[in-house]
Amino acid sequence: MLRLERRPSPSKAWNYATPVVAVLLTMIAGGILFTILGKNPFEAIKLIFWDPLFSEQFAAYSRPQLLVKAGPLILIAVGLSIGFRAGIWNIGAEGQYIVGALCAAAVALAFYPAESVLVFPLMIVAGALGGWAWAMIPAILRTRFNTNEILVSLLLVYVAEKLLAAAATGFMRNPQGAGFPGSRNINQYASAANHEIFAGTGLHWGGVAAFVAVLFTYIMLQRHILGFQVQLAGQAPRAARFAGVAPARLVLMCMGISGAFAGMAGMFEVAGPARLISIDFNAGYGFTAIIVAFLGRLNPIGIVLAGLLLALTYIGGELAQFMLNLPAAAIQVFQGMLLFFLLALDVLSNYRVRLFLPQRATTETV
Amino acid sequence: MDFGSINPVVLIASLMVAATPILLAAIGELVVEKAGVLNLGVEGMMIVGAVSGFAAAVTTGSPILGMLAAIVAGAAVSLIFALLTQVLMANQVASGLALTLFGLGFSALLGQSYVGIVPPRTEKLNFGFLSDLPVVGRILFGHDILVYVSLFLVAAVWYWLNYTRGGRVLRAVGENHDSAHALGYKVKRVRILAILFGGACAGLGGAYLSLVRVPQWTEGMTAGAGWIALALVVFASWKPWRVLAGAYLFGGIMVLQLNLQAAGYRIPVEYLAMSPYIITILVLVVMSSNRTRRTLAAPGSLGRSFHAAG
Repeated sequence: MLRLERRPSPSKAWNYATPVVAVLLTMIAGGILFTILGKNPFEAIKLIFWDPLFSEQFAAYSRPQLLVKAGPLILIAVGLSIGFRAGIWNIGAEGQYIVGALCAAAVALAFYPAESVLVFPLMIVAGALGGWAWAMIPAILRTRFNTNEILVSLLLVYVAEKLLAAAATGFMRNPQGAGFPGSRNINQYASAANHEIFAGTGLHWGGVAAFVAVLFTYIMLQRHILGFQVQLAGQAPRAARFAGVAPARLVLMCMGISGAFAGMAGMFEVAGPARLISIDFNAGYGFTAIIVAFLGRLNPIGIVLAGLLLALTYIGGELAQFMLNLPAAAIQVFQGMLLFFLLALDVLSNYRVRLFLPQRATTETV
Repeated sequence: MDFGSINPVVLIASLMVAATPILLAAIGELVVEKAGVLNLGVEGMMIVGAVSGFAAAVTTGSPILGMLAAIVAGAAVSLIFALLTQVLMANQVASGLALTLFGLGFSALLGQSYVGIVPPRTEKLNFGFLSDLPVVGRILFGHDILVYVSLFLVAAVWYWLNYTRGGRVLRAVGENHDSAHALGYKVKRVRILAILFGGACAGLGGAYLSLVRVPQWTEGMTAGAGWIALALVVFASWKPWRVLAGAYLFGGIMVLQLNLQAAGYRIPVEYLAMSPYIITILVLVVMSSNRTRRTLAAPGSLGRSFHAAG
């Protein structure tokens, strides 16, 4: 008989091994899914995980895309991971990402067509503030009124989506766009555009920001008292209270940082790859970032690797869609399964699986 | 503003229809939470129910078979959640989110070939002359079977939780799983069954959306209904009758908002469409302000995982 026995402390080895095993299991399950869909599983898996990076045919286009997609994922996920560690669940990053983009676009459109070096930094500040402010709504409701931050932050995603639609079709619509929805092309406005820094790498300022955010979070978690408080509040809330951690301040800080990071990610996206505010501007990065944060074990460096991997599934998914006629939703299912396997395997780092034979069990307990 | 063009009888009759999906999902989630489990996957289970119900109804030509399929599908995906949280002791918040993300993708995959199809019509129940009565006929006797099923479920859940042994065991498990375990109740078995019930209800609610309310299949068509259902449980302080009141209140807001959109008031459509979400948030704030978990009446073990030591 199998029995689970709680480990005194989580297993370090399994902690590192589970993400890898989860990815392998997802590949197998994904392969089965592709077979059911009538595709060759080996070809599909190769197309998703190998060809975007190494095939001669596609790599030239898709390799730079890796950093384009991984940038916002890592930036958002690293912000979320701080709150997740403390047991504060901001799951509305998608909304903060949209509002950040809207605020940044508002700054750019307000200055248009004046050229100045100040526009771009101002947009970054506006994006971060927008995301921060949107995250402050659930944070303040939680600290002032004890309202569940999970539900509020999630419901605000729908509000942000409607706001985005109102902006794209109404108050931000391009006056020279012949009535079509969508704002001016911010990517073509020199002072506001977020271009590639080195041609052909896909690295734009969002990638740089993600790198800085990872460093910031790493140092905070490892070397700063705030990082200690975050860990403590997550692992032993009562002990944290005795140690003088103010729960309200912690909520405001964790939500604020994650919101600001998500808002910045929105800013870099709207000024870069997305080019303008459109109705379908948001591509679900805010939700995928939750998977990235878990896959990276809420560890900044792990998140970088996880972000690159999930960016790969986005690109490979597009490739498979194009080459094998695989439905776009298949990749979403794939990402969902990854999170399932990850959560399921966590049992191995927290528990020991013991094989108990009924008659032997009595002698073993002596 | 001029509300004169909105007929109150039609409004009440249509708000009952608008409220039924969230009512079904919320009453299921109430039972789950009463057992001490927080399943944030309602949105995912609803949308899987919506697509499976739609597909089954279109294939067989029978909306009733579609709804049965949705019940099975909702329960089946909730089984994943049950496995993760009850057997493998995974974090409930993360597992629920995973279920929602997976459900949204999975439903889009299943529903690909069903976009743009009209489902078989769900007929209204025939009450004979009763349906022709003025005012009352339209409100009480003018609906399809699921509206009555949802009302029956509210009453049944209320009775079962308060007046039967099974209901009391379930509440004991939700209030304090260690004590319940010490008394010899099977904590995990109770919770897994509750999760399956919640999944079945959410699936049925989703099918009502795709077969009656909309009726069509589009990707992501639940549009947050599952999350509103979750909020509704908090709003109702975990009491079945208040879930009903809350659901009809939200149904009213949704119908009113749609009527205002159709009437072409000068407020842009997007801002009106925001209102159900904003009002949900406001209600949550009012309900939870300055109250502790205790006075809110949240089940004591809500969201905590249970592992019997030794």
